[in-house]
Amino acid sequence: MAKKTRRTAKKTSRNVGKTTGKKAATGNATASGIETEHEKWIGQHIGYRYDVNLLPDYTRLTPFLKKYMEIMGWRDLNWLEDVHMGYEEGRPAAFDRNINGWVTVPKSVKLPNNQQDRDMLARELLVKFQMSERHPLVDLKKAYRKF
Amino acid sequence: MAELKQEQQSHRMGMHTEQLAGRTQQIFFSPEEAENFTYSYAYAVDTNKHTEFDVAALDSKAINIKIRELMSQGYGSIAVQNPGAKHSLGVGILNRLQLHFEGSLGYFGVGLIDGPNVIISGRVGWSCAENMMAGTVVIEKNAGSTFGAAIRGGDLVCKGDVGSRTGIDMKGGTIIVGGRTGAFSGFMMQRGRMIILGDAGKSLGDSMYDGTIYVGGKIADLGVDAVEGEITDLDIQWLDRKLSLYGLQTPNGTKNMTKIVAGKKLWNYDNLEPTEKKLVL
Repeated sequence: MAKKTRRTAKKTSRNVGKTTGKKAATGNATASGIETEHEKWIGQHIGYRYDVNLLPDYTRLTPFLKKYMEIMGWRDLNWLEDVHMGYEEGRPAAFDRNINGWVTVPKSVKLPNNQQDRDMLARELLVKFQMSERHPLVDLKKAYRKF
Repeated sequence: MAELKQEQQSHRMGMHTEQLAGRTQQIFFSPEEAENFTYSYAYAVDTNKHTEFDVAALDSKAINIKIRELMSQGYGSIAVQNPGAKHSLGVGILNRLQLHFEGSLGYFGVGLIDGPNVIISGRVGWSCAENMMAGTVVIEKNAGSTFGAAIRGGDLVCKGDVGSRTGIDMKGGTIIVGGRTGAFSGFMMQRGRMIILGDAGKSLGDSMYDGTIYVGGKIADLGVDAVEGEITDLDIQWLDRKLSLYGLQTPNGTKNMTKIVAGKKLWNYDNLEPTEKKLVL
């Protein structure tokens, strides 16, 4: 049994060497299931719930985001460039790094039909959520802040 | 019914291709909530209200407390004179603020910041802007090693050269280096973008999981699982826009930059563990 396992490991090592990584190189890897040789080898899709390398289309900025940039003194989206609309437990959601969890988009919010607009929506909702007095960090800060 | 429609739409948009177990923060908030643009616990500052103070006789802790006091008084533009390369200056600022250090900083300068726009007219030591969350930091001269370690967001710019392990464990944001960068830059990078206008040292992007590194000069060699990617029009547009924000240019043009991404052979090592464990046992 041990011998067989060792042989399997050897075989898989060879496969790793053959993986091209070409898809990743384009920066346009889709989240469409098991496709590459390496994905087939490990038996699952490689990726996040969205393309983390997708760059924002600045022609689609919302008025809220424009105002946010102006107030912060930034000439672009700054940290929000890394925010995208993802999906969590059957609902569209944005990941809040401050709480290390997904913030579910309310049902009342209509989803746009393209990823760029959905990302802008996620950015706007996330800023509103993080800056809200109802954000979980507010209570944590009150309880644990040192100064 | 509305929920069902939304879910169907999400399926059509290809948002259900992965089933990852994550931690959900089941918080539904009102998108119509009052428009707050800063943290509820942040100081209300006016960026037109300016002050400056000399810190030659103060220690690091006293300087940081002074900056906090000035913000609580509504100063949104602060100049710190004679920082004298003291360590850990300007850390933990979770506020919008225009902060100018007129001199050099020691190690761990402006770490853990979330929001301010910082200009440092001198040099910085190790781990400048470590764990930065948002905002902009511009260093006019050179920077030490582990520049922007574990940065999660914002723009971190050094107009000169930087040491080794730039952007180690980077999780987001943008690091721009106007000159050269040392060995193991982008080590274990997970997200975000790094722009090196000069040359890059050995083992660039070693063990990177994701993210993108653009290099304008020569690359000594690539690290494990770092591969060359195809530079697209979108990359070029983004590079041109980002560099113009800080008055920087690459000598050979952005279209001739080299793009480095993860080969993603190191991903999902959890799946390998059972096999490896059997080998050991």
